[in-house]
Amino acid sequence: MEAIYLDHAATTPIEQEVIDTMYPIYQQTFGNPSSVHSFGRRARRLLDEARRVMAKSIHANEKEIVFTSGGTEADNLALIGTALANRDKGNHIITSVQEHHATLHTAEYLEKEGFDVTYLPIYEDGKVRVEDLQEALRDDTILVSIMFVNNETGIIQPIKEIGEILTDHQAYLHTDAVQAFGLLDIDVKKMGIDLLSVSSHKIYGPKGVGFLYVREGIPINTLQFGGEQERKRRPGTENVVSIVGFQKAVELAMENKENRRQQYQRFKELFLRILRENHVTFEINGDYHTQIESIVNLSFPGANVEQLLTNFDLEGIAASSGSACTAGSVEPSHVLTAMFGKNNPCTTNSIRFSFGNFNTMENVNEAANRVAKIVNRLTS
Amino acid sequence: MKDNKDIRVVVGMSGGVDSSVAALLLKEQGYDVVGIFMKNWDDTDEFGVCTATEDFDDVVRVCNQLDIPYYSVNFEKEYWDKVFTYFLDEYKAGRTPNPDVMCNKEIKFKAFLDHALSLGADYLATGHYARVREVDGKVQMLRGVDDNKDQTYFLNQLSEDILSKVMFPLGELPKPKVREIAKEAGLVTATKKDSTGICFIGERNFKQFLSEYLPAQPGEMKTLDGEVMGRHEGLMYYTIGQRQGLGIGGPGDPWFVVGKNLGDNVLYVEQGYSNDKLYSEALIATDVNWINPDDIQENFTCTAKFRYRQKDSDVTVTLMEDNKVKVDFYENQRAITPGQAVVFYHGDVCLGGGTIDEIIKNDQALQYVG
Repeated sequence: MEAIYLDHAATTPIEQEVIDTMYPIYQQTFGNPSSVHSFGRRARRLLDEARRVMAKSIHANEKEIVFTSGGTEADNLALIGTALANRDKGNHIITSVQEHHATLHTAEYLEKEGFDVTYLPIYEDGKVRVEDLQEALRDDTILVSIMFVNNETGIIQPIKEIGEILTDHQAYLHTDAVQAFGLLDIDVKKMGIDLLSVSSHKIYGPKGVGFLYVREGIPINTLQFGGEQERKRRPGTENVVSIVGFQKAVELAMENKENRRQQYQRFKELFLRILRENHVTFEINGDYHTQIESIVNLSFPGANVEQLLTNFDLEGIAASSGSACTAGSVEPSHVLTAMFGKNNPCTTNSIRFSFGNFNTMENVNEAANRVAKIVNRLTS
Repeated sequence: MKDNKDIRVVVGMSGGVDSSVAALLLKEQGYDVVGIFMKNWDDTDEFGVCTATEDFDDVVRVCNQLDIPYYSVNFEKEYWDKVFTYFLDEYKAGRTPNPDVMCNKEIKFKAFLDHALSLGADYLATGHYARVREVDGKVQMLRGVDDNKDQTYFLNQLSEDILSKVMFPLGELPKPKVREIAKEAGLVTATKKDSTGICFIGERNFKQFLSEYLPAQPGEMKTLDGEVMGRHEGLMYYTIGQRQGLGIGGPGDPWFVVGKNLGDNVLYVEQGYSNDKLYSEALIATDVNWINPDDIQENFTCTAKFRYRQKDSDVTVTLMEDNKVKVDFYENQRAITPGQAVVFYHGDVCLGGGTIDEIIKNDQALQYVG
């Protein structure tokens, strides 16, 4: 039985063109970009080139790009780095309850370090409200961190509006754009974004690399110490091969953004249509109309996550849930809990399906039929 | 007949050597094997690490070695409602419960079996030392061949219907052989220590654990004649026949718990291992399950165990109303304990069992026990 991948929000298959770009560099360009000889310069040239592509993709300048090991490190650096460097301006940070754990757990760490953190609520539509932000803002707020697109529900957050509110405030705006980048148009200048996290492996690039955009002039502390790389903001010899692969993935994403969105939307609509045709009972979590094309989160009343995911996998369907269920612990999804309340069954019967380049209309069709069969069997 | 590759067997994997080898053997026999880790209890060790995480890690590594899929499932709520609540209630009633029997009945071979079946499994397999045999269209449960490890005592509440969906791949093997197979296959769990004690208490101090859930009421320790011998820390901490922890010094033979008076909160103690007060001649058991009920007569002789790993004793069983039985001993038995299981055998065949409820001596229920 063909296994069908519907978990692109977890990670994506690397594109052949990306691999083709990386391979010769493995063979030919081993130099250390910091070295003062020709080997080093060749590597440095690749790095600079990649940095330009990253910067352009979000309308930033290249000095504003800090390469990291991925989204988690970018989030950590954004929050801890700016919090520590701007403590003289205030002690208050605002984020939201639905953030990725890379942000949430970092915020919790900062609370332990004495910062005051406000967690904005979200509502049944899956969004934060700008009014709540306005209310939470204080004179001593130094950082607001709100994700661009939620990784579980796919709901797009009102980042531009948040940016507008913050234009007259000292607080910096960080957004974790890991699920948005590569599909949505992002202009950090127009949107008033000061810090932005991106990951390579969510956009068909290699794992272990990402970047943090840090608007020029923003004081930020480093989290690790060593050499002068990344203008001392992230010391350590650069992962040149992966960064070049990442660059290729970004170029492909920028070229194909519109096509991909349309294609993923067709996948999503086909998937939902087949479930409906098979009389599967389900609800879409969050506001369907502000949901990114690649993600849909469905609640299946009467089922539970463990049973669903195990059955799916045994039938060759790869999907996931926001509920962590490793080692037998079912932590209800913190995102769905924030949307629907603690004891709502949605928090333990919802599955995230995420579409992408692994998919074709044929395999989405096949996947939807398998899912329908399983859900109908389990809930009948 | 179906090919083994078309027969899906879900193996309940704990991260121990037994269930690892059970999965290995089934895989070698060509079954469609799926490993599932079950979490029943939320616990963290002294370093704040969830103990289940470590065990699940071992399950993952073994399953990857065997190239079988692995998953986990959570039955904390079911375990709390069906097993732990019973466990506390029994202690409150002054009895000594057997949570493993209840866990097998309510969780492993009910909730977990249902889960396995919902995954399209034809069978559920576990690493228990027991055997299932089909004769004349009847499914029987037999002792594991390793007398020292036989676990049918804990499985006495299973029905024939359940057993028809169960495999015990280790039933024919002695434990040392199981370790040997694990070592030969290079399984990461080959030398892992066997778990001891009640699963949710683990290696911890039992008294301390229990005191977190039940208030301890200290009281007097007396002989059956009323002589005060000291104080006890709470009746729930003691079981019939117990010698350790009484703190009675002085000359002569050691002292033993012989009974409890829940109403007056008195622990009864007597002197000498073979003290007559520790012996009884019959018992009444409740909640009796017969694995093959059609084979059971109103009155019959068989052998029985009153505790795990105890040698069998000859008994006569007489059926009573409401799933109860009276069990008469050929020879008086020492330290029969209410709350524990009594399990019946014909040779190697386990007939079923029940919960010890009353202890009888001189044709009367002993008022000081139970």
